[in-house]
Parts: sequence; C-alpha cells; structure tokens
Amino acid sequence: MDFKDTPEQAEFRKEVQAWLKTNATAKTKDGGRTSQEEAYERAKAWYQKVYDAGYACPTWPKEYGGAGLTQIHKVIWSQEVAKYDEPDGYFVIGQGNCGPALMHFASEEQKTTLLPRMASAEDVWCQLFSEPSAGSDVAGLRTKAELKGDKWIVNGQKIWTSGAQHSDYGVILCRTDTEVSKYRGMTMFFIDMKQPGVDVQPIKQMDGGSHFNEVFFNNAEIPDSQRLGEVGGGWGAALLVLMNERLAISGVQPDGFPEFFELVQTLELDGEPVVNNPVVRDRLAIWYTQHAGIKASTNRMLTAVAKGGMPGAEAALGKLVGAVMNQDIANYALQLMADTGAICDDALAPQKAHFQKSVLFAPGIRLAGGTDEVMRNIIAEQVLGLPQEPRADKGMAFKDIPSGNQH
Amino acid sequence: MNFDFSEDQKFIQEQARNFLSSECTTARVRQTLEGEQAYDQPLWQQIVELGWPATAIAEDQGGLGLGYLELCVIAEELGRALAPVPFIASVYLATEAIKLGADKAQQDSWLPQLAAGEWIGCLAAQEKPGALKLGQLATTVTAGKLSGKKTAVLHGAIADKAVVLATENDQPGLYLVDLSASGVSRKSLTSIDPTLPLAELNFDGAAAEKLADCKDIQTLLDTLYDRAAVLLAFEQIGGCDAALAMGKEYTVGRYAFGRQVASFQAIKHKFADMFVATELARSNAYYGAWALSADDAELPLAAATARVSAIDAYYQCSKENIQAHGGMGFTWEFDCHLYYRRAQALSLILGGNPQWKELLVERLLRIKAA
Repeated sequence: MDFKDTPEQAEFRKEVQAWLKTNATAKTKDGGRTSQEEAYERAKAWYQKVYDAGYACPTWPKEYGGAGLTQIHKVIWSQEVAKYDEPDGYFVIGQGNCGPALMHFASEEQKTTLLPRMASAEDVWCQLFSEPSAGSDVAGLRTKAELKGDKWIVNGQKIWTSGAQHSDYGVILCRTDTEVSKYRGMTMFFIDMKQPGVDVQPIKQMDGGSHFNEVFFNNAEIPDSQRLGEVGGGWGAALLVLMNERLAISGVQPDGFPEFFELVQTLELDGEPVVNNPVVRDRLAIWYTQHAGIKASTNRMLTAVAKGGMPGAEAALGKLVGAVMNQDIANYALQLMADTGAICDDALAPQKAHFQKSVLFAPGIRLAGGTDEVMRNIIAEQVLGLPQEPRADKGMAFKDIPSGNQH
Repeated sequence: MNFDFSEDQKFIQEQARNFLSSECTTARVRQTLEGEQAYDQPLWQQIVELGWPATAIAEDQGGLGLGYLELCVIAEELGRALAPVPFIASVYLATEAIKLGADKAQQDSWLPQLAAGEWIGCLAAQEKPGALKLGQLATTVTAGKLSGKKTAVLHGAIADKAVVLATENDQPGLYLVDLSASGVSRKSLTSIDPTLPLAELNFDGAAAEKLADCKDIQTLLDTLYDRAAVLLAFEQIGGCDAALAMGKEYTVGRYAFGRQVASFQAIKHKFADMFVATELARSNAYYGAWALSADDAELPLAAATARVSAIDAYYQCSKENIQAHGGMGFTWEFDCHLYYRRAQALSLILGGNPQWKELLVERLLRIKAA
C-alpha cells in the first residue's frame, strides 16, 4: 500500500502541473456557478485545449484520441485539474459512457473517425436510455426501431437526456422485438441527432434550469452500420455502458463538502466563524468521514481497475452517499445562514448562491443515473447476493406486460 | 499509488482468518462472555506461538520485523472473530507505548518479552470519565514509588505489567509497574463486553520504572492513540463484516409472508446501508493504515477519520443485525449481542466518538491553516 506517487507518476504530475499553470484558469475566491450556455462554451474551448495538449481521455488508446495512460494517471490528472476553475467532468457522459460503447462495438473505421472528435469535444454525445415509462425499470423502454432495408426507423420518446440540445450523436437503446421478454427485445445503436426526425425539447426543472431534455423520434433513421452489438443484445450492451459509467463518474460526483468546509470558516454568526460552534463541528466531522471515505473508496476501485479488473457494483456507493450528502449539506448551509439563507441573489449569497442553487438541484442528483433506491437494490443484489425483487413481468412477452397509464 | 494490501499481506490475513474461524468460534468466545474465565488463555497462547504480538516489533528486538500493515490485517480478523484475548491491551497499547516512550536499553529488555508473550501488558491512563487531561492527573510518583487509582483499564485484572500515566514533580510521564508487586491491588469491573474486561487498579507506593525517553508526553500520547485508533478501526470493520454476514445468512434462510425475509426491500436496503457504512469505514481505515505504516504527517487526521467512521459503522451494523433478526436477535442465545457489545466496547476505548470528532475537526482546520 502506497498512497504516494511512484517516480514516474510524480514526473507525470509535475508535467501536468506545469501545463495547467500556464493554460488553466485559477479559482476565484467566490467560486460559484456560471450560466448554462456560458458553461457549455467554456467547456468546449477547454476540452479542445486539453486535446491539443494530448491530455484528453487519458486512458484511451492514442489512435482513438486518448493519451494511452493508466487509470492512476487519470486520477493524477483529475486531482490537479480540480485545483483550477475548469470543467473537467463536463462531457463525462459522452467520453465516459458512449466512448467505451463505441470502443467495444463499433467498426475500426467508426472508431478512428468518431472517437478523436469525441475526445476533443468537437462532437458532443448523449445517452438515450430513460423514457417516460421506463425510469428505474429502464428495460421497460418502448421507443421502437424497425428495420426497413438497411436502415432502422425510430419512433418514440426519450427523457432526462443530459446535453441532448448540444449533441451531434447519441447512444440509444430501442425496442426491436415485442414478442420476446423485455430484456431480450432491445438493441443498441448510435444515432445522428442532427437529423429532421429528432426533436429535442428542454425540460424545465423544479430549480428553473434546463439541464435535461425530452427527445422525440419521428421516423428518425439509423443505418444498420450504426448498430452497437447484436440485434436483441441491447441489454447486455447497456450494462456494459453502465459499468463504464461507474468508472467515469467516480470522483466527478459532487458531495458538497469542499464548499461547506469553506463556508463554515467564512460565515460568521454572532461575531464568530460558525466553525467554532460545537454542533457545526459535529456535522463537519461526520461529513468529512463520508467525503474522505468516498474518495478513498474510489481510489481503491481504481487500484483494482489498474490491475486489470472492472469496477464492481460496489461503486454504486459513491453516488448513493455523495448525492444524499450533497442535498443535506446544502440544506444545512441554508439553515446556518438563518433568515438570509433564503436569498438567492448571486451577489448577496455566499459562493454566488451555490447552496441555494444546490438545495434546489440536489433532488435531481438523487434520481439521475439510478435512484437512491435502485442503488441500494444493486448493492443488495449484486454485491451482497440477496434475493432479487419478485417480478410480475417475469417470462412474459413484452407486448403482454401490463402498462397501466403509461403508453 | 496503490490503495490495496499486498499479496503477502492478504496471505497473512487469510491464514489468520482460517486459524480464528476454527479456533475462535463464537461458542468459544461465550466461555469468556459467561464469566468462566477473564480471557481465553489457551487461545492467547496459540496467538503468541503464531507470533502475532511480535508482528510490528523489530527483528533485533525479538520481533518479526514486519510492519503495521501486517498488524492491521491481523486486527481485522481478531475483530471479526471477537477474539477474547488481551491483544489490544498488550500489543496496540502497552507495546506501542514502550516503543514510543522507552529508551533503547528498556526496549531491548522489554520488547522481546512482549513479542514472546512472556508477559501481558496493559495501559493504565484513565482516572475519570472524559478526555484525558494531563494537568488533572491524580496519580503521582515519588522516589520511584507510584500511588493513585486508575480505572477502565482494559485487561487490567489479568495483565502482568501496566504502563501507567502519572506525574512526578508535576511532570507527566509513563511508568512500567509490575502488577504482582506489593503496593498494587486490582478489582475487576463489570464491563459492557465481558470479552474485553475492564479493571480498576489501585497503587499505594508500588515500584515504578520511568519510561526514559518520554519527552513531549502529550505528543507521545496523541501518537499512541492515533496508532491504536487505526488498529482498532480494523478490528471494527472486521466486526462490521461479521455482523452483516450474520444478518444476511439469517434473513436469507427465514421466510415470512411466503417469501425470504431478505427479499423484502426494507431488509435489503438496510443491508445495503450497512455495507456502505462498512465500505466507507474500510476505505478510511486503509488510508489510516498507510499513514501509520509510512509514519506520514497525515496520520493524525487519517486516524481520527478512520476512528469516527469505524465507530459509526460498527454501531450501525451491530444494531441493525439485531433488528434484522427480530425477536431472536434480542435473546442471549443468539450471537447478535456479542457484536453489539463489542461495538460499544471498541468505541469507548481511547475515548468515545464526540472526543474523536472534535480531534478530527481540529486537525482538519490545522491542515487547512498550514
């Protein structure tokens, strides 16, 4: 066990530090969020810069636009970028989820043309799995793809798609056979999002923002050459994507602790920083143990991956703990601010109203990418080996599964 | 960077687990629980023969010359098995106190004896509830004779020698006292976990030898407690694992409403939460183990973090294991209370959770300020 860099890793870290020093934007005291459009433009520019320097997608092979390095190098990269005000995880869905799907299933020609463009964020990708009637039960999805000649014709609706409005391509899971049981009748593709049959509509969320979208498919077309895996093999392919997602979001998921630690040292109550209050110190200690525990768990997982393993279902715990903590911290921060905690003006509230914005966005994080409850089921069933949920649709052909008010 | 134990260390752990699962069954732990004995003397003898107390003692001082990482994996197994032996008292506390506070000549004399299990040590520090305050010690030494009263001394009733915290001319220091000598009387206390028994030690002019290399006693005690906190965290996560496994096995085998009890989400989610708490505690313990083995400047924060999360995780796992068992979990017959008692006992040695949370925050702020 050694938590320090090897000489080679230390050399890489020094090189990254030097590059970031001249190329990355320093953090400002206030931190805080920028507008969505501005954040997107900044992210595009940053990713291109990182790509040109050869640091994009550190673990991908060089011929696909990566740096050909290990997971540990990626950790070093992330640790160093985190010291700057740069959007390191912005295109994580494309690079973390869609990239590995292409790497596994696409043709060599597709890989050499598309992956470098994904690495530089010249092309933006989204993931189209969830549907209005297929959330936690994502295998209940109904968006239909029918083969006509050498093209698949797609009709239906996806929802909760991050970044669809900016996307050039999407990895999509479709129903291709309703006569077999639900897990067997799906197929995965990648689709051109800029075609007439694809309509992206932003969802106005409870916090007023529009991070997610609905995507409607009306006779949209996918050439059969863009099929990822076998016809009917979509569920297995999707599991592979989700397994890579665990790896991709590890360390990116915010838990709110760094901002909270900053707040308790600066916010004053009755003339004293609130960190002097024993009740606050108690909360600080508990959240720090969780924050440190998630970080160390991620590093343990990456050690296993660096030795050639794949992240197991236990990786679900970082998302589960981080998302809940993020919400609770935001709520607690507002309580500490007392009456002024309700003020959401960027100019008035600490850290550009980070906590006010977080308290309203946090419920979404507990739902996205697997709800708290789904995460617990995954841990219980896949890690601990407990009995699966009894399923009323077991063995039924998809077309016969009751759908209630969902159509 | 490598956040895992080595293959050799995992092998040591596997051997320890195999040995304890056959030699230290809960039926055997219960012999101590029921008060038939103060500790499991034959088991302790076997542990001594396996060389475990010698793990982190240097070879030229009679030890195996391994390190703290090896001691951590053994600790996890002792915790899993609820071993009713004076390992914490003699190895994590007395041996480490001597390594930190004794001079070379004393170490050369005492450490080989501890490594070989020739005597069992304990640490006598606490005089009253609450965090230890060096300025408030009532135990004193005058001309080599120690007087005063110590309480909550782990394995104090059966240890051969104690490392005692006392003041001499208002200077706090550590002293080695032979507990069979005149001027020492001791009393067993009723303890929440009888497999980790506590005692009261009374000294009335008992012969005491000063640990000769105690310079800054506060720093020494902090380091001693930090080391022990990491080692205890491994005992605690071993216990978490065992409690979780016990709950799983019972609810998978038990049926209610025509279904396995473990198939209900209320139960599955409970176990998922126990697993999550254990994994966070485990990861924090690993970080502590590295800081301990590398003697890194991060040890104080890493140790406090490991301790707080291990205390919380073991409490959660041991209480929810009882809950998952239903009424049977509340019986003396079922082993659930063994883990629950052990979780309580381990959380209190070295000071409880509020104390360690405060230390954690102090250390976090200190690092931030530096």
